[in-house]
Amino acid sequence: MIRFLFKGLMRDRSRSLFPVLIVTTGVMLTVFLHAYVQGLITIMLQSTAHYRTGHVRVTTKAYAAEADQLPNDCALLGIDTVIAELRHRYPDLQWTPRIRFGGLLDIPDEHGETRSQAPVFGLAVDLLSQDTLERRLLNVHQAVVRGRVPQKHGEIVIADELAQNLDVSPGQTATLISSTMHGSMAVANFTIAGTVRFGIAALDRGTMIVDLADIQQALDMETGAGEILGLFPDDVYHDERASAMAAEFNSRSSNLADEFSPAMGTLRTESGLSDYLDIFAVYSGIVISIFVAAMSIVLWNAGLTGSLRRYGEIGVRLAMGEEKGHIYRTMLAESLMIGCFGSLLGTGVGLAVAYYLQVKGIDVGSIMKNSTMMIADVIRARITPFTFVIGFLPGLIATFLGTAIAGIGVYKRQTAQLFKELET
Amino acid sequence: MRRWFFAALLLPTLLLLSMQLPSGDDILERVDRNASSSTKMAVSKMVIHGKRESRSIEAKSWQRGTSETFTEYLAPAREKGTKMLKLKDLLWTYSPSTDRTILVSGHMLRQSVMGSDLSYEDMMEDPHLPNIYAAKVSPEETMNGRTCWVLDLTAKKEDIAYHSRRIWVDKTRYVILKENLYAKSGKLLKTMEVREVMEVQNRWMAKNLLYKDVLKDGGGTEFIIMELEIDPPIPAHFFSKAVLRK
Repeated sequence: MIRFLFKGLMRDRSRSLFPVLIVTTGVMLTVFLHAYVQGLITIMLQSTAHYRTGHVRVTTKAYAAEADQLPNDCALLGIDTVIAELRHRYPDLQWTPRIRFGGLLDIPDEHGETRSQAPVFGLAVDLLSQDTLERRLLNVHQAVVRGRVPQKHGEIVIADELAQNLDVSPGQTATLISSTMHGSMAVANFTIAGTVRFGIAALDRGTMIVDLADIQQALDMETGAGEILGLFPDDVYHDERASAMAAEFNSRSSNLADEFSPAMGTLRTESGLSDYLDIFAVYSGIVISIFVAAMSIVLWNAGLTGSLRRYGEIGVRLAMGEEKGHIYRTMLAESLMIGCFGSLLGTGVGLAVAYYLQVKGIDVGSIMKNSTMMIADVIRARITPFTFVIGFLPGLIATFLGTAIAGIGVYKRQTAQLFKELET
Repeated sequence: MRRWFFAALLLPTLLLLSMQLPSGDDILERVDRNASSSTKMAVSKMVIHGKRESRSIEAKSWQRGTSETFTEYLAPAREKGTKMLKLKDLLWTYSPSTDRTILVSGHMLRQSVMGSDLSYEDMMEDPHLPNIYAAKVSPEETMNGRTCWVLDLTAKKEDIAYHSRRIWVDKTRYVILKENLYAKSGKLLKTMEVREVMEVQNRWMAKNLLYKDVLKDGGGTEFIIMELEIDPPIPAHFFSKAVLRK
């Protein structure tokens, strides 16, 4: 029977081509949009985790309350002990301390007077250890535009755009003017080892990267760090796991009365991305729902048109004694075949486009140049196992629903008037 | 008879005149006269009571007139050798570890001096208050057992860090014993309270003061004068930029 129906569809292209094209287009758009949104979320989460919050972040409660103002006076002290405890309690995660700071980068002339000066956002990380996690997280080696990465204490890398604005080159001295954790003015000399470009507008405007120990000394916080980042080994953010871990840590380690006791937050809560992630989740659901609804209406319409065209054929079949239910069921079976074929084709085309975008990406740098979000200039799609199936079911349901609604007309035909109708 | 008549009229007039309140500007002038000298040398200690701990910073300062000050920090080891030079409306700081002289300007002036409750802007202020404030005398009050004039000062210019102040001036010693500093909105920004005074060369000076930035956590900054010399000879090169790198 299925073979019979299939042959019918193949031989009568007008019955199959238009619905297949509609389903293919819809499914392709769904698959592509899903992969694109996934890519966007992945890049956003990864950039935020690597450059800002980790998957979980441990700070003091006082620091967390004003984290955007980089309150290093509220930094964690005795970080070696805190990290040792975190490694003992959560051995799966990788932990790394960081200090974020603000200040001015001052370039002296030959007399030691200010030649040029610009505000900087500083990131102090463990750059020099052999087994440092930061090499992978910040990808400094690949980001180098001129010069090289720091190889010894007292060396820094700065954003290439900043270096151009300050008119400095690798090898020159720069003086950082900032505040110690006690609020005094901190002045420290560094040698610019290289310039970098991360492809993230928020970082490329005015970042300097320096070894943690150098900044601990410069900002008078020898055993301190503003934050300790924790990252899952697969580099993927697991919201439920992170939330459970933070709740467990805070119930055990956080002292309500002591604002300097350590507290753990998750990427979702610490980065302010919570709303974005919720919006994306809702957005994906809405896109699929709209697709199913719109396709159903289009296919219903197509079914009605088809029914009108097949008015005579259905009439003959009814006149020959075929049951209305049987006709309806065969129409539904045909729709499932069309849906199945269109969905497979749409998924294939959608995956191909998404794969192209996954490899090549879209450069949105010009749009993001004033952005403060940690998002790369090149956005790539991301194909996940779910991308393979996300369009299939809606494609099938839409075709089935469309035919089911249009096919109701079969039951409205009066067998007594069939010959009269067929005569005209 | 006529003499007696004139004497009877003159006496109450003189009494009334002597009882009349001095003007705010007169009191400020007296305060200024008490505090000012051609030169000054002081060794001081700042105890900064921060959120987490207290720190002490010692410094030696030389002052010429009201607009030129040179300060060298003596302790702790981290700050030792740091120098600061104020010449009129310019302020430089020298850091020995970097051998750099930095002009403190713009938003850096709002930063705290060595993490204390004082900002660089406070240091740059014209200490001659009648130049920048109009004073109004309020009813007198008693402060730490001393009777004080209470003056409400309002800025004469727009670009002043503190739009208004309330100061308590010792009526006999002409030392400011307490000061509240307000923003234009009326919000209290900083307070200063003198805890101890000392007599130096027939003048009364504050010896131990507590500054408090009320917008900042912590217990304020104690400023203790350990040594003070009035009108000592100070070499002229102390007030030139060259002194910073010496």
